[in-house]
Amino acid sequence: MWLTNSSIGRKVLMSVTGIALILFLTFHACMNVVALIDGDAYNTVCSALGANWYAVVATVALAVLVVIHFVYAIILTLQNRKARGSNRYAVTDKPAKVEWASQNMFVLGVIVVLGLLLHLWNFWFNMMFAEMVNGGYAFVADVPAHDGAALIALTFSNPIYTVIYLVWFVALWFHLTHGFWSAFQTLGLNNKVWFCRWKAIGTAYVTIVMLLFAAVAIGYTCCGGIAA
Amino acid sequence: MAKNISFTLKYWKQNGPKDAGHFDMREMKDIPDDTSFLEMLDILNEELVAEGKEPFVFDHDCREGICGMCSLYINGTPHGKTATGATTCQLYMRRFNDGDVITVEPWRSAAFPVIKDCMVDRSAFDKIQAAGGYITVRTGAPQDANAILIPKQDADEAMDCATCIGCGACVAACKNGSAMLFVSSKVSQFALLPQGRPEAAKRAKAMVAKMDELGFGNCTNTRACEAVCPKNETVANIARLNREFIKAKLHD
Repeated sequence: MWLTNSSIGRKVLMSVTGIALILFLTFHACMNVVALIDGDAYNTVCSALGANWYAVVATVALAVLVVIHFVYAIILTLQNRKARGSNRYAVTDKPAKVEWASQNMFVLGVIVVLGLLLHLWNFWFNMMFAEMVNGGYAFVADVPAHDGAALIALTFSNPIYTVIYLVWFVALWFHLTHGFWSAFQTLGLNNKVWFCRWKAIGTAYVTIVMLLFAAVAIGYTCCGGIAA
Repeated sequence: MAKNISFTLKYWKQNGPKDAGHFDMREMKDIPDDTSFLEMLDILNEELVAEGKEPFVFDHDCREGICGMCSLYINGTPHGKTATGATTCQLYMRRFNDGDVITVEPWRSAAFPVIKDCMVDRSAFDKIQAAGGYITVRTGAPQDANAILIPKQDADEAMDCATCIGCGACVAACKNGSAMLFVSSKVSQFALLPQGRPEAAKRAKAMVAKMDELGFGNCTNTRACEAVCPKNETVANIARLNREFIKAKLHD
């Protein structure tokens, strides 16, 4: 199977899963902004998803994407370290055009996964999981599992969480600004003209998505769920 | 007016691929700054030979920037840092200052084992080229040059790709030891021309398979390769190779 046993194939797996995850983040950010406008409206979205079969199926699909992306990141990183050889340069001078993120995608990815685990513990565990096993009530507080707005307010009432989430968003921003154009490059959808275009589109797109996430975290920290 | 500079040269000595290797240091005195880097190393070797010591081994051939033989990692940059990209033989001592410490290392990559000192075995590139970097034509009387019309833009682009001299600076600079810039340039120089199209799919698959087999890494689009390429090959070639390869595999 060329997708797993060729270098370009393995990179195609990274690109396709990466783009799919960016699309998911877009959906997630749009959903989150609702919480900033109206808490009840956000809870309606939460109820619509809840632990319904389609939401569970989508969650499993997402988990598969994350696992493929992460497992291949490990495989590629190990192969690349081996290809580099055991002898390191005594002096290295990084060229100006080499972005920092592009050389640290694995480290950034690890930060993203750690943040993801915390995020799943804060929300998924108290929402979808709680609805499945805890009779529709969150574990962390006496609120219904679909009361997402209350859980956001509760989480970000602790500013330490806000800081951790913001660091997480910054790591994700770096990861995605490189990942976006890199995915199109790997799929071969790039040339001298489109190179700058993909970079500009990617940076703008990713910045907007990450600002939407950050707005909810900051908004709920400052105003404790104004609209909720 | 040329002036003379004195500096400390720190150069890599390694007795074969299995040896751990080490740096030797030498104070170089009053080297004219219009000396080329390789001429400076010739001066070093003349001094070493005169003292009865073993000379420093490095690769070189045409010394006019077209053969791709010279390969030194100088002060952290393959071929040394120049404004527009040049091979080591086209690097001059005027790029350095009096009192500098100049560190000279070999290409360090698992696919390029050290033969001795800074001479590395780059026959992996020859093997990749032999796997598909050619077109199959019948010999005999050549046809008229204008029988197949080629847009000027394509001809120029193919020529730019063909200027890759296979020096290996891309692999040396890449944190992943990936040969994608070399392979993509060699695939592109044929893929852009009508004569290269009939075997394009076979070529992309064969050259990538050989590249993977020889232990080069996976490209992660850091662009370190194009930053150091003495022939200014671009990562647009890598996108083209990806396209050719994916198309070929989807067509199978």
